[in-house]
Amino acid sequence: MAYFKKSPWIIHYDATSCNGCDIEVLAALTPLYDVERFGIINTGNPKHADIFLVTGAVNEQNKMVVKNIYDQMPEPKAVIAVGICACSGGIFRECYNVLGGPDSVIPVDIYVPGCAARPEAIIDGVVQALGILEKKHLARKEARKQHDRIAAN
Amino acid sequence: MSVRLISALSFVVFAPLIGGLISGIDRRITARMQGRFGPPVLQPFYDVYKLLQKENVIARVRQNAYIDFYLLFVIFSGMLLFAGQDLLLFIFSLTLASVFFILAAFKGSSPYSLVGAQRELLLVMGYEPMVLFAAVAFYMATGSFWVSKIIVHPVLLIKLLPGIFLGFFYILTIKLRKSPYDLSTSHHGHQELVKGLTTEFAGPSLAMIEVAHWYETVFLLAFVYLFFAATPWLGALAVVVCYFLEILIDNVFARAKWEVAVKSSWLVAAVLGFGNVAVLYLLKGF
Repeated sequence: MAYFKKSPWIIHYDATSCNGCDIEVLAALTPLYDVERFGIINTGNPKHADIFLVTGAVNEQNKMVVKNIYDQMPEPKAVIAVGICACSGGIFRECYNVLGGPDSVIPVDIYVPGCAARPEAIIDGVVQALGILEKKHLARKEARKQHDRIAAN
Repeated sequence: MSVRLISALSFVVFAPLIGGLISGIDRRITARMQGRFGPPVLQPFYDVYKLLQKENVIARVRQNAYIDFYLLFVIFSGMLLFAGQDLLLFIFSLTLASVFFILAAFKGSSPYSLVGAQRELLLVMGYEPMVLFAAVAFYMATGSFWVSKIIVHPVLLIKLLPGIFLGFFYILTIKLRKSPYDLSTSHHGHQELVKGLTTEFAGPSLAMIEVAHWYETVFLLAFVYLFFAATPWLGALAVVVCYFLEILIDNVFARAKWEVAVKSSWLVAAVLGFGNVAVLYLLKGF
């Protein structure tokens, strides 16, 4: 068994969020929700993280940052868009500088809508991302096996 | 096989298990102190097992080689201590291990990693005098640098070395990477330094750093036990109390600046360390 389900480490990036969703993300770490119960840690370092949590829409200024963080994370990794702005651009969608949600720059696995998204919804999103992490891990393992088989032949 | 070899080998096998368990209990107690429930006790093992399955991303080609040597020398130092070898050799080997860790962080070459490495150098400068005073004091009290001789010394060493014990407890906070002296690798929650020394290490290399820290925790607590070796139950109690106090200190204090860390550890080394050595000198008249 892979232990991705038991130890998901998160990196949280505020793209252009109004901080509403960010406060809810951090609320999940407080004693009331205490996500560390499930081994979830807010790392702040893309190289240690398994799950990338983006809040807010992506604009011209930060699209490179979002892409950079995603690229620096080691495989397997999952991306969660938290809040309606991250899902679709929200009320900022029509702004001249807004590209839309993070899915306009990187592949997003889970969408957690809400304005602001509730901590329960965020935790549920992370739990769903765990299944995806596990699947990606198995796919990676399978690909490596196949690669080895081809190399052996 | 001799007893020493068995002791050293059982350290290699069991120390990570004990160290990981201690780390799990540490996280649980920390959570309770903060009014949270906390992760399962086996959480550190889940973390390390997961890290081993992750991709090993690197910034520079050879950076992970230094981590291999760091782990190797940490294990070697612990083996020296548990095999009852020379205390000085143990200290120098441990220093070499931290040098490899610092080199690894310099090799990582991100600004956070570099700041972490420089802070770690300062911390090494801070705690090293006290560790050396401890070795000297053990020699003066027992007439030997050999751990195998120190451990069978009939006198309860804490009675002769109270200053050294307090000084060592002070630098234990640095060695266990606890707040207020977690300058070089911050906790996950405190992110101004990202993760300092370990910033550039991902997956299996990070797992190795974690395991090395478990080994370190075990032999540092074994070092605490040396002060009470004449009465084993008191030694076990002292180890538990010391570690609990470290967790408490970790939760009570905010992080200090490096100036405070270096100056205070040198002050502690000068007053408690050197003072104790001086008193022993006057009493025993070497």
